[in-house]
Amino acid sequence: MTLTDYDTGGFHDEMFDATGHPRPEAQLLLDTIGALGDGQLERCQQAAERILLQLGITFNVYGDSAGVERPFPFDLVPRIVTSAEWEWIERGLRQRIHALNAFINDIYHEQKIIKDGIVPEEIVRSAAFYRPQCIGINPPKGVWCHITGSDLVRHGDGQIYILEDNLRVPSGVSYMLENRDLMKRTFPQVFEGLSVRPVFEYPSLLLRTLEEIAPAGLTTKPVVVLLTPGMYNSAYFEHSYLAQKMGIPLVEGRDLVVEDNTVWMRTTKGLRRVHVIYRRIDDDFLDPEAFRPDSMLGVPGLVSAYRAGRVSLANAPGNGVADDKVMYSYVPDMIRYYEGEDPIIPNVPTFLCWRDTDRQHVLQNLETLVVKSANEAGGYGMLVGPQSTAAERAAFAEKIIAEPRNYIAQPTLALSRVPTLIDHQLEGRHVDLRPYILYGDDIRVVPGGLTRVALRKGSLVVNSSQGGGSKDTWVLSAPTRGKA
Amino acid sequence: MKTDSLPLLSRVADSVYWIARYIERAENIARYIGVNLNLQIDLPLAPLHQWQPLIDTSGDADAFKERFGVATQTRVIEYLAYDIENPNSISSCLRAARENARSVRETISSEMWAQINGMYLQIQAQRSLPEPERMLDAFREIRLGCHLFEGLTGATMSHNEAWHFMKLGRMLERADKTSRILDVKYFMLLPSASDVGTPYDDIHWSAVLRSVSGFEMYRKKYGRISPSDVVDFLVMDDEFPRAVRFCIASAYDSLQAITGTPVGAFRYRSEQLMGQLRAELDFTSVDTVIRGGLHEYLDRLQLKMNEIDGSLRDDFAVRLPQAQAQGQTQSQSQGPSQSQSQSQSQTTAVSQSANANQTA
Repeated sequence: MTLTDYDTGGFHDEMFDATGHPRPEAQLLLDTIGALGDGQLERCQQAAERILLQLGITFNVYGDSAGVERPFPFDLVPRIVTSAEWEWIERGLRQRIHALNAFINDIYHEQKIIKDGIVPEEIVRSAAFYRPQCIGINPPKGVWCHITGSDLVRHGDGQIYILEDNLRVPSGVSYMLENRDLMKRTFPQVFEGLSVRPVFEYPSLLLRTLEEIAPAGLTTKPVVVLLTPGMYNSAYFEHSYLAQKMGIPLVEGRDLVVEDNTVWMRTTKGLRRVHVIYRRIDDDFLDPEAFRPDSMLGVPGLVSAYRAGRVSLANAPGNGVADDKVMYSYVPDMIRYYEGEDPIIPNVPTFLCWRDTDRQHVLQNLETLVVKSANEAGGYGMLVGPQSTAAERAAFAEKIIAEPRNYIAQPTLALSRVPTLIDHQLEGRHVDLRPYILYGDDIRVVPGGLTRVALRKGSLVVNSSQGGGSKDTWVLSAPTRGKA
Repeated sequence: MKTDSLPLLSRVADSVYWIARYIERAENIARYIGVNLNLQIDLPLAPLHQWQPLIDTSGDADAFKERFGVATQTRVIEYLAYDIENPNSISSCLRAARENARSVRETISSEMWAQINGMYLQIQAQRSLPEPERMLDAFREIRLGCHLFEGLTGATMSHNEAWHFMKLGRMLERADKTSRILDVKYFMLLPSASDVGTPYDDIHWSAVLRSVSGFEMYRKKYGRISPSDVVDFLVMDDEFPRAVRFCIASAYDSLQAITGTPVGAFRYRSEQLMGQLRAELDFTSVDTVIRGGLHEYLDRLQLKMNEIDGSLRDDFAVRLPQAQAQGQTQSQSQGPSQSQSQSQSQTTAVSQSANANQTA
């Protein structure tokens, strides 16, 4: 397969430098791909797709009729991260998660950061995922964000930025694991000569993290379960996958019951106590007594048992207060405030529409900015200025004026690209990177993550619900050798 | 069962039980169709009603007649194998097995899941009847696919509580199917007493045996074919894996492994019922059965098995307080578990339609 026609298109490419020469860490991989016979890469790709379908590695599409499953498109060409860059990313993520956790704990206790005038009180109170029900709760070991999936992007300037923190119920880690398996199965020769750090320990680390946060004073091994909204949830595959890999029961709300402020599951031998719940249900649906009374998915009384320290929840309810995209803009200040350090990984510069000056600027520059709703995920509620029509911009301007608190804007980032197999040839497609950070006794980051790729030409939206796919992510363990 | 492993979630127990039942059901239907296709070749001039017994065996005769009328080969195969409106077609069984498997993927092995998913995708892709020359192969593949699933179940999954629930489901379904085919065929064949000993009779009785993959094993044990020996073999044999007695004994063993109740005692209604049935099969002779009327005997047998199925659910699967049970019904309307409980209640209704006095 020839790579001579590959065009970086003026973007930062993860495999080629600005002059079109392979980056040193990508050289060996590109040699292997270059040596492939005609159609061989496609055949591997097709084999991978067949496996995905056969294994039922699919996600459910909302808005479609119930039960429609599609494989998450997978591209065989991996994204490479050098060991030096990973070391920097990992330090930056540890620092950021530590600060965010301190912030959440502070918000639900003394609120020192508000009193010290760093974060405005009204922003906290108006944050969509702020939960006053959580005030005063002391989760085990003071940890509120046990599993985080931060989104990183590289801009045209070559710098990596944090785009979102995703503290609530981040998904996608199963694809990180499955993508590696798929690569090993369908394209094993590409690993040759490279030392790619394994990711398979993630389920063990996750289980360890969950066991570490069990209620204090247990004399037996804690019973850990994964709580799913059920089979028709878009991330159901991941829920069952993780439960299987950890060897823990996958439960639905109807399998659990709270009696005497204690959580039990219904088994063939009667009720059995549950100590730790990795819940993949949003706060709102967790417990109809504490949050949305119309929720059928949750467990009545769960939050009360949690508050009493009789059961641990990961992630802790209320931690989404820091997921608000307005709050995001304060994270660098939080890091300085709680850690006494400058942020390692920078934020994307963010305009807050509730500030008059920012709003004026945003409204005047809609065609160059990306506007996001403060609390939507999945690529919804978003305007990509340069790719928008005048009518779309006008509609967004109205929304911004009506609800300035709910909108932020950022410069349109020229996300970096990775060669991707499109119609029998390699073309550059924009990517992001979502590493997963675990927080129990310690903060742990698995070397890797989910690289999402916008498969549509020119698109900057990588979400699976918007035509995105994914790639394997290779974190190298040693400086790469050049040509063998 | 040792107590250090966590007991199974009731919902999971119910799902794995039904996975096994649906796969067993699909395998049986595929086998019946295969046997009948063979019979067709041996008896080309046989009357049309050769395909009717298959519909009778499934217990869906009325539903079939209403929609299709006369039971021709094409219509019967269409209905039993591919019709998605027939809740007991192979296609529907595989769909239901897969839905259940999807809800308990963390409990079964990846290999088992991939096998069910693969079979489901394959039958989904089959839009019309296979070509005549492909027909036998197509049903053979389904049969082998189901056997492969059973093999994977034995070889890739711990023989834990979930495994025993699967075995329970498989064995009860198998016993049910064997008793049904015997009931229908015996009823059909016996009136032709003048044919006894003729090739025609021999072919039919061997077809019955082949329907449960039992022809060769029968030969080894009894040699020539006689109706009472066939009954003895299919109901009372304790070595042939599709004989009713074997199935009930095997199901009973699994139930005991699940409950941990010592031999000779019972703590659950299901244990009591199954223990009684097992003892009865152990200590009944075929002559007594035939004298009292085989049809009546098999009818009672099916009643008992239905009762066991219901008591299993009461004992292990639906231990929900009233208020919770209502909440669950409501939540079903918004998605999770809906299709499963639907398909199961349909199945229950259908499998019990032959016994109108047995209502769940």
